[in-house]
This record gives sequence, structure tokens and C-alpha cells, in this order.
Amino acid sequence: MILQAILEWATVIALLLGAMFTIVGSYGLLKLDDPMKRLHAPTKAATMGVGSLLAAAMLHEAAAGEVSVNEILIMVFLFLTAPISANFIAKVAIHGRTCDRPPAPSPDEVWGTNDVELEDIPEPKA
Amino acid sequence: MIDIALTIALVAVALAQVLAMVRLVIGPSSGDRILALDTMVVNAIGLIVLLGLAQGTNIYFEGALLFAMLGFVSTVAYARFVLRGDIIE
Amino acid sequence: MQRGLLHLIFPHPALTVVLLLTWCLLTASVSLGNLFLGLLLGILVPIVTAAYWPDRPMMRSPLRFIAYVFIVLWDILLANFEVAWIVLFRSNRSMQSNWIVIPLEIRHPEAVAVLAGTITLTPGTVSADLSQSGRYLLVHALDAPAPEQTAREIKHRYERRLKEIFE
Repeated sequence: MILQAILEWATVIALLLGAMFTIVGSYGLLKLDDPMKRLHAPTKAATMGVGSLLAAAMLHEAAAGEVSVNEILIMVFLFLTAPISANFIAKVAIHGRTCDRPPAPSPDEVWGTNDVELEDIPEPKA
Repeated sequence: MIDIALTIALVAVALAQVLAMVRLVIGPSSGDRILALDTMVVNAIGLIVLLGLAQGTNIYFEGALLFAMLGFVSTVAYARFVLRGDIIE
Repeated sequence: MQRGLLHLIFPHPALTVVLLLTWCLLTASVSLGNLFLGLLLGILVPIVTAAYWPDRPMMRSPLRFIAYVFIVLWDILLANFEVAWIVLFRSNRSMQSNWIVIPLEIRHPEAVAVLAGTITLTPGTVSADLSQSGRYLLVHALDAPAPEQTAREIKHRYERRLKEIFE
């Protein structure tokens, strides 16, 4: 009985936490003023928000006396793919020159996405 | 208690979806639009999970999983298209 | 010869176990039939895809890797509160976002991939690019007044551990 109450309260906390993180992620997407800065809010907060909501679903099932594990699958998938999408979007921002130019790694090297020096890429047409 | 929290969460995620949609419309660069779409997919998974929680069923699990996979692949495909002008070279 | 045959049937034993676990999570049951089907997939899929990744990723100490995963999960939790705080209560002008170049000591592709993923999921940093030789990592920080110190912290907290795990 007590365990059930604890699980229900944990569900409520996870739901509110997930709601907060989700909305902070989207608010950051709207508020921040540089494409690279915008990348930070959704990749972390939104992933964490959905993670909390999935945890809430699992806790709710547990409170009802059932064990549900397949939410873990979605969580793992989201946490594995979030860095990859973030990496791709960062490369789009670098190539589209919508953010500050990154510094060169060292005098004799270029970044992996730049097959040529950045100076040699023509400016994108507006 | 859970019902109130569930309503708050549903309203918050729906609002987040609208905020992301505003970013999708105003852009300004294609990178921002891809990011907005990616965020909307993640928020949509949240909505599906909340719907399943509200109705007390586990039936939406496959839908959420498919959404996650499709969202990731489409984000990568969009980004690759913008980067290279081609998806599979 | 014995070892060669075993390697032919199980090109990636770790992948076999992961596939079996995924199948059980997907169907949400551990009945005998499901275990058998999962095992069948776990054996067939690595054999079919073996041509695409001939090397077996090596991990020196899996136990330490599990400890690393828990450290990272804890950091993700803290990082999210930090990012939420920055997004909500700091103005755009007072944020000092910076590019950070991190010289890498680790060389294994798997280790670099894990490090890049860790950096993206933890405090206000996103890994953006790798240099052509794989010796430098480009990281963008949301709020880093002292880029050198952030780079040192990342190297100390994550790269040192990964070096112990993979090399």
C-alpha cells in the first residue's frame, strides 16, 4: 500500500519534470539567437524530457502492479541517436556559415567535414 | 493527483510543440528548420507516451518506437541532403 | 581451426547478446519461443552484416565501462538542470558561447565515438566535428567563459577513463 503511494508520487514527479524539460527545450529553441546555441536546448532538454515521461509511464505501470520494460527501448534509442543528429545539424550550421567560424585544429590540419579549406568554399547564395 | 499532473504535462508538451513549430516557420537557416523538426519529433513521442498513459494502455508503444526511428532517419537524411546535395552517394 | 569456426558462427558475440535482449524487450516476454527466435536473429544478423565491419571492437574492461555509464547518466541529469537554468534565466548577451578545440589522446574509433556522444549529452557542450587525422575534436560550449579549463575538465573526467577502458 505504502509502496503503491510512493510509486504514484514518483509518477507525478517524473511527469512534472518531463513537462518542464520538454517546454524548456522548445523555449530555448525559440529564445536563443545563434544556430549553434539553439542546438544545445533541444538535444539535451527535450531528450531528457521524453526520458522522464517514459519513466513516468513505467512507474505508472509498476504502481498498477504490472511490469513494463519496453519503454526502456525507446529511451536507449533516443539517447543513442540524439548526439548523432546533433552532430549532423552542427555540420549543417558550420557549412551554411550561419554561425561563427570554428578555429582551425592546428596549422597543418582541417576539420573532417571540410575536404578543402573553408576559404575555398564559395559563399552560399542567399 | 496523477490526473492533474497528466493534464499539466499534456498542456506543456503541446505548448512546446507549438513553440518548435514557430521556430520551424521563422527559420531563418535550413539548419534551424531541421533542428525544429527533430525537436517536434521528440515532442510527438512525448505526446504519444502521455496518450498511452492517460488511456492506460500499452498499445501506443510500437507507434512511439516507429516515430523515434523514422524521426532519426529523416533528420539525418535532411541534414545530409543540405550538406552534400545527395542522400546516398 | 576450432576457433576459426566459432568466429565464423559468432562474428560479434556482443551483438548477439544485444540483439537477443532487444528482441525480449520488444516483445516484452521471455518465453521459450521468444528466446529461441531472438537467439536465431542474434546469430543470423551478425553473420549477414559481418562483411561491413570485419574488426571486432575490443574493450579491455567492461566493468569499468558500466561504471562509466553510471557516471555519465548522473552527469546528464545534472547537466539538464544546468542547461535549463541557463536557458530560462540568462540573457543571450550574457552567455559566452565558444568553440573549444580538444586535442585527443585516445585513438580507437569506438572510444572517440563514445567520447563525442558523452560530450554532446553533458553540460552545455555539443561535439561538432573531428579533424581529418582524428587528433582533434571540435566542441561548441553554450556558456564557457574559460574554454581551456572546460577542455581540461572534459579530458580529465571522460577521456582519462575511456583511455583506461579501451587502451
